[in-house]
Amino acid sequence: MLPIGHYLFLGLALFIIGVIGVVTRRNVIVILMSIELILNAVNINLVAFSRLYGDVAGQVFALFIIADAAAEAAVGLGIIIAFFRNRETVLEDEMDLLKW
Amino acid sequence: MTPSGYFLEHLWLIPLFPLVTAALMLFLGRRLPNPAVSVLCVGSVGLSFVFALGAVTQLLSADPEFRVAQHILFEWLTPGQMQLTGGHLVQFTADWGYLLDPLSCVMVLVITGVGFLIHIYSIGYMGHEGGYYRFFGYMNLFMFSMLTLVLANNLLLMFVGWEGVGLCSYLLIGFYFLKKSASDAGKKAFIVNRIGDAGFILGILLTAVTFGTIRFTSAGLTNVAADSGIRQALEAALGSHALVAGAPVFTAIALLLFVGACGKSAQIPLYVWLPDAMEGPTPVSALIHAATMVTAGVYMVVRMNAIYQLSPFAMDVVAVVGVVTAIFAASMALVQNDIKKVLAYSTISQLGYMFLALGAGAFAAGIFHLMTHAFFKALLFLGAGSVIHAMSGEQDIQKMGGLWNKIPVTARTFFVATVAIAGIPPLAGFFSKDEILGHAFETHPGLWAIGLVTAGMTAFYMFRLVFLTFFGYSRADEHAQHHIHESPQTMTIPLMILAVLSIIGGWIGWPTSLGGGNQFEKFLAPVVASRTEPLLGHEGPLAASPVEQARIIREAKELEKGSGPTEYFLMFASIAIAVAGIWLAYEFYRTKKLAPELVAKKAGPFYRLLFHKYYVDEIYDALFVNRTKDLGTALGQFDAKVIDGVGVDGTGWLARFGSTLSMWWDKWIIDGLLNFGAKLTQLLSFPIRFLQTGTFSSYALLILVGLAILLAYYEQHLHVVLRGAR
Repeated sequence: MLPIGHYLFLGLALFIIGVIGVVTRRNVIVILMSIELILNAVNINLVAFSRLYGDVAGQVFALFIIADAAAEAAVGLGIIIAFFRNRETVLEDEMDLLKW
Repeated sequence: MTPSGYFLEHLWLIPLFPLVTAALMLFLGRRLPNPAVSVLCVGSVGLSFVFALGAVTQLLSADPEFRVAQHILFEWLTPGQMQLTGGHLVQFTADWGYLLDPLSCVMVLVITGVGFLIHIYSIGYMGHEGGYYRFFGYMNLFMFSMLTLVLANNLLLMFVGWEGVGLCSYLLIGFYFLKKSASDAGKKAFIVNRIGDAGFILGILLTAVTFGTIRFTSAGLTNVAADSGIRQALEAALGSHALVAGAPVFTAIALLLFVGACGKSAQIPLYVWLPDAMEGPTPVSALIHAATMVTAGVYMVVRMNAIYQLSPFAMDVVAVVGVVTAIFAASMALVQNDIKKVLAYSTISQLGYMFLALGAGAFAAGIFHLMTHAFFKALLFLGAGSVIHAMSGEQDIQKMGGLWNKIPVTARTFFVATVAIAGIPPLAGFFSKDEILGHAFETHPGLWAIGLVTAGMTAFYMFRLVFLTFFGYSRADEHAQHHIHESPQTMTIPLMILAVLSIIGGWIGWPTSLGGGNQFEKFLAPVVASRTEPLLGHEGPLAASPVEQARIIREAKELEKGSGPTEYFLMFASIAIAVAGIWLAYEFYRTKKLAPELVAKKAGPFYRLLFHKYYVDEIYDALFVNRTKDLGTALGQFDAKVIDGVGVDGTGWLARFGSTLSMWWDKWIIDGLLNFGAKLTQLLSFPIRFLQTGTFSSYALLILVGLAILLAYYEQHLHVVLRGAR
């Protein structure tokens, strides 16, 4: 196995990319995808540490996160589709009903 | 021993009977048929007459020294402390009680007797008038008031009756209230009366404050203090020389009470209401304005004769006012053309005679004339009513004539009354008038002369009235002439009874100089003291102690025995001038040898003055009536402009102004406070507000910022965790 830093750095990079995507992108589906990216970055961190310390708990937690990400994506898409049926848009700056 | 008996103990029933029927008329009268009204109302007066007769009879059964019966029904005013002018304190009280002594005997018999006859007459006279029950209700109320007045045992209860008769006078004068002149006349009567009452009330108060009581006498009562009457207090004050004869307080009381008498008994200057009072139905004129109410003033002065005799000045005033009124009114009667107006002025004139008598100290003579006058004046008025009835409502004597054979009973009874009033013996008027003139000659010869001239004028105008009304050719129009008819018996029988009384009524006072016993004067002697008595030493009692009374009567009897040539001369003079007056009237109006029209033209301005009643009404109007109306108008303006303007409108303006202030306060202060709060919140929230953008991306950024802060905070723990894990 490579030094743990390499894996952590990969995870960080993916995390930052994901965060930038969440904050920057207009399309909410792309934002959802970015959220998936963040979750996967976390997964990489968890698995790396699990390998390092030989504790399988990290991997189990990563499995949980994968299941949770899937469910969340499903629900999120469902919300987006419902919103799209009403407002005809998937752009986050056009979802301004709460804007004062 | 004091008299007693059923009728004396139940004196209070005498006024009560008419009061009950009056109340009955008030509540049920409208629904009763006329015959029922007649029976009830006339019957109650008749019952009062019977009871009065009974009471007088029972009183006469006692010896002359003891002829006083007094019964108190209940204590009216609860006793209260009062300070007298002398300085000491007394318990002042007044009760509701009835007194019968010789004076009130005469009054009560005259009132109930003549009243009864007039009530019977009214059945016929008012039979076809509307408001029959109302008329009798008022008449009965009047009888109640008048009887209360004469039977009262104190000044206050007398005043109740006094006011009551004034009220009934107003109601009855204005009986035909839809006619403006009638309602005006009623108002005039009441208002002028009231002016007199002001003086009367002051007199009562002064009496109360001087003597500590307003009860006339305590004689005849068993269960009150022996000194609780005016008479007794007067005696005590004179005996202890706290007051002396001629003291100013007596003059004051006498004159104040006399003002009241002027109002009620139509003397100058308060006589103006009586001629106008002829607007009322004729029985009213007969009862109230001839026989009874107008005599209340005379009665009152005689009742208080003790006080008057202690003030020679007041007596002079009374005598002068009386005789001046007599001649003044007689002069106006000479030229009147309304049959009732002539009789009205005649009444004023005869009342003046009564006051002349009182002023001359001949109180018994004044009451005597009151009685005889009641008979023939009531007869004259009822006769006039009968004439008016026959002439289909005509009252102008210039349009009458030729009635002597057409209405024989009326004509002949009227003639009897005229002879009586002219003072021809042996009819009633002669004796009473002669008494008055006789006493007047002794004390005020100048006034006697005026009285004599007035007697001549009286004879003249009364016979003028008779000649123009009943004799000669009829001057009425065709239509009226056809309707001339004698009145029904219900009207003619009272006329006949009164005619008999006018003839024999004076015989009760047949003077000693002509051989009679002058029972009338002797009867009244315990109550009054005639001028034949010395004054200082024992003032005229209001029912004196038994010993005193015996002495007074003895002395009166002795002095009656003497009569000199003067008396015969005076009698001759009265008869002569009366005959002269009648002869003049005969020449003017019967044989037409003298022409009244020529005299009227020759005396042009003077005739006009008389015809317009000396313009007194116009003068009073200008001086008093219109000035009072102006005051009313001024006060009305004050009320409209100041009270309503400032008070009402001003208060409204103030309310509106207050609401404007409130509105300002609410808008600027209250709302301002709220707005300030809101603005403050807005200011304070300035930075924080913008966090809630409602946009997705800023929320996402905030999440990240928060995460970063958390991580930075917990970074130290991270090192521990990492070291521990290695």
